[in-house]
Amino acid sequence: MSHGLMQLLDPEAIVLGSDASTNEEIIRILAGRLEALGYVKSSYADAVVRREMTIPTGLPLERADNVAVPHTDPEHVLKPGIAMGTLKRPVIFANMEDPDEKLPVGFVFLLAINDKDKQIEALQSVMATIQNPEALDGLRSARTLDDVRAVLG
Amino acid sequence: MSRHKTILFACGTGIATSTAVNVAVTEAMKKRGLTFNAQQAKATEVPGLADSVDFIVSTTPISASVTKPVIKGLAFLTGIGKDKVLDEIEAQLRK
Repeated sequence: MSHGLMQLLDPEAIVLGSDASTNEEIIRILAGRLEALGYVKSSYADAVVRREMTIPTGLPLERADNVAVPHTDPEHVLKPGIAMGTLKRPVIFANMEDPDEKLPVGFVFLLAINDKDKQIEALQSVMATIQNPEALDGLRSARTLDDVRAVLG
Repeated sequence: MSRHKTILFACGTGIATSTAVNVAVTEAMKKRGLTFNAQQAKATEVPGLADSVDFIVSTTPISASVTKPVIKGLAFLTGIGKDKVLDEIEAQLRK
């Protein structure tokens, strides 16, 4: 079951079983990893948190632990990258299509994107993972990087 | 088809989810024998661009002032209800 997402995820930007209790907390944890690894500017975390309040990124998957794909404008990005966090207990994100609807989210894919033409494959890998219930179940129980690699190839 | 229709793909940044939706719709319509011109924009830019396109596929809410048809594109990200939305898009392209 390979989506190729593992090639795009920096292993150092994967956080499993986070204790974060709000969407801002998990965004800042993951954004901190991307910043430390040189993917984004120091302005990125604030920009993502601010954007999430008005243009939310929760995706309703009709499961108890939905997915969110926070991101922001390209000027905060130095090079493309993806961070991933799984949550011990779901946190609330608003629905991308209906900001009044609150969704419990168990998986966060934080996207640093600055060139849509070059990053189509990365986006498609994220979408393929989101649309694969077995992959999400596998990620939820993943405790080590090897567990994640086994799911995402 | 008399002419190529233009679909405007919109999302919050005009770069992330609209790109994923654009590619998914392009591939699916190719399978149905349909081609179209594609544009991408931020949701906030849609009111200024709507006049020059046939319809809009968006993952985020679009201003009510836009009179062109708006089709919800979230199904291409979640996979839920995708076939129904593809039928809607095909119907708009065949109009």
